[in-house]
Amino acid sequence: MRIAVASGKGGTGKTTVATGLAVTLASRGIPVRLLDCDVEEPNAHLFLRPELSPPREVTIPVPEVDEAACTGCGVCGDVCAFNAIVPVGGTVLLFPELCHGCGACTLLCPAHAITEVPRSIGVLESGRAWAGRAIGFAHGRLNIGEAKAPPVVEAVTALADVPNGEVTIIDAPPGTSCPVIAAVRGADLVLLVAEPTPFGVHDLRLAVEMVEALGQRAALVVNRSDGHDDEVDAVAREHGLEVLARIPDDRRIAEAYARGALPVTVVPGLFRIYWDLWREVAS
Amino acid sequence: MIEVAVVSGKGGTGKTSLTASLAVLAERPVLADCDVDAADLHLVLQPTVETTEEYSGRSLPAIDADACTRCGRCLEVCRFAALSWGSEGGDAAGSLAAAAAARAAASDDAPPRLDAFRCEGCGLCARVCPAEAITMEPAVNGELYTSRTRVGPMAHARLGIAEDTSGKLVTKVRERARELAEKGSHELVLIDGPPGIGCPVIASIAGVDLLVIVTEPTVAGRHDLERVVRLAEHFRRRIAVCVNKWDLNEELAAQLADEARAAGAVAVGRVRYDGAVTAAQREGRALVEHAADGAAADVRAFWGTLVEALAAVAPRAAAHDTAASEGTVNDDGTAEGSA
Repeated sequence: MRIAVASGKGGTGKTTVATGLAVTLASRGIPVRLLDCDVEEPNAHLFLRPELSPPREVTIPVPEVDEAACTGCGVCGDVCAFNAIVPVGGTVLLFPELCHGCGACTLLCPAHAITEVPRSIGVLESGRAWAGRAIGFAHGRLNIGEAKAPPVVEAVTALADVPNGEVTIIDAPPGTSCPVIAAVRGADLVLLVAEPTPFGVHDLRLAVEMVEALGQRAALVVNRSDGHDDEVDAVAREHGLEVLARIPDDRRIAEAYARGALPVTVVPGLFRIYWDLWREVAS
Repeated sequence: MIEVAVVSGKGGTGKTSLTASLAVLAERPVLADCDVDAADLHLVLQPTVETTEEYSGRSLPAIDADACTRCGRCLEVCRFAALSWGSEGGDAAGSLAAAAAARAAASDDAPPRLDAFRCEGCGLCARVCPAEAITMEPAVNGELYTSRTRVGPMAHARLGIAEDTSGKLVTKVRERARELAEKGSHELVLIDGPPGIGCPVIASIAGVDLLVIVTEPTVAGRHDLERVVRLAEHFRRRIAVCVNKWDLNEELAAQLADEARAAGAVAVGRVRYDGAVTAAQREGRALVEHAADGAAADVRAFWGTLVEALAAVAPRAAAHDTAASEGTVNDDGTAEGSA
């Protein structure tokens, strides 16, 4: 079972819900792993404090030109859709940060003067967390200054396919574009976390449209529920989303989160909410 | 012209709420909403859209089913698993044997199927197709708007759902905002940025005069602030830092302010945790339009320090102010002069 926790808007409580659910399952003896796919700003480790193995580099293939073999024909520049390789005069300029690693220049160079070399764009770290190391954990980190998060996200989600029937919880990045899609793809359920504010409602709509476009199953968690849930509920009804949990707007939750404590372990009543949420998901 | 971008690293720290208030406090700003995949600034500024333009950030392959010989060369070369046989996802791509098996299992004689969400638009499939059955066609994946608001002209966009290439669209929004600024002799472009540190953020901050980083006194906020500060250093951008909801954890807030100063922030401000922020949002108003005390007063004070910092880092703007006020009526019809 793979559950992706996502939201259009940032800061709605994705990490709080993902870690809260993981801890709830682990404390009931259910094998669970948490994969933090917000590789631009990963935060789950701050709460789960996992022991991590040494980082593994995530690379994409970029071209390297053998100047001696290059005939200066210019085909590589013509075929590159991203302006990452630019023949100028007798030489070839490379802009690896623009390269998508599609392999067009390498494959189509008539002189076979281009080979590919790996370029590191981020790291993958994995390990175990929580009491008795009960939670499997992994996250990715995009290198500072790198633009393309999806290959790093995919390196993390590749760890989701485990044969032993563990529950995998994916903590997705905010938004509705490529890094989010890379994170939620393949999930059996996308759990959308929304807050009942105008920004929250607006961005929930976008997130629901994204999930619908991908053809995936979704359900809703209303976070910071404060008696203004009508509009969030209206979006849920409109799109046939079941509301699986309402987490109250409680300053104690915000304060626990602020200091890096898991709210589920500090604020009474939260464990019950996550356990009921899990039972709904599992049924 | 000065460009100021409001960013955060972490989502939900209050970028858009702060930007809306700064837009009200600033004199004749042009707004640019660069959070193109979850834009919210329009919910507060309620723009009247004046021009809409289709945006195409990439091309996608179109396969001519009649010309296609089903050879599978396109599947073989695609690195993004965007092409597949049959009705299931593209996981068979990249392996000839797996592709052949899937091919044999496919019930009909359909040509390869494109998964547009996976396609990056590199065009390699079209180039290698021996039957020349594939052409690359521009895909419409968003809309770009110029609008009028009560505080000034605004450039914004909507990225198609689940679309790629948000960085390119951000660049377009910024180009449009600069055009609006030049046309109306505006001295300030205020950019509401996306969360994170990846491609749309890099596109939002490229070349700006100042990055205003909004953070919160939480361990996650601190972690993400550090990464976005390093991003600013990487691109050699000047920073200011606003610690939002500072009283949520006073000790951490003080630490963040110290760290911001140590990182060379030209202005450091703090805004208290205040229910008025959400109340203002529910009214469709900026916080400083909704209230005068509490967090609204904090935002005003922060704006004061920003103005001083901007005068120090970009004195040329002040000199231009006179010229701007003598300018003719904007032909884009913006009413911001009367605000």
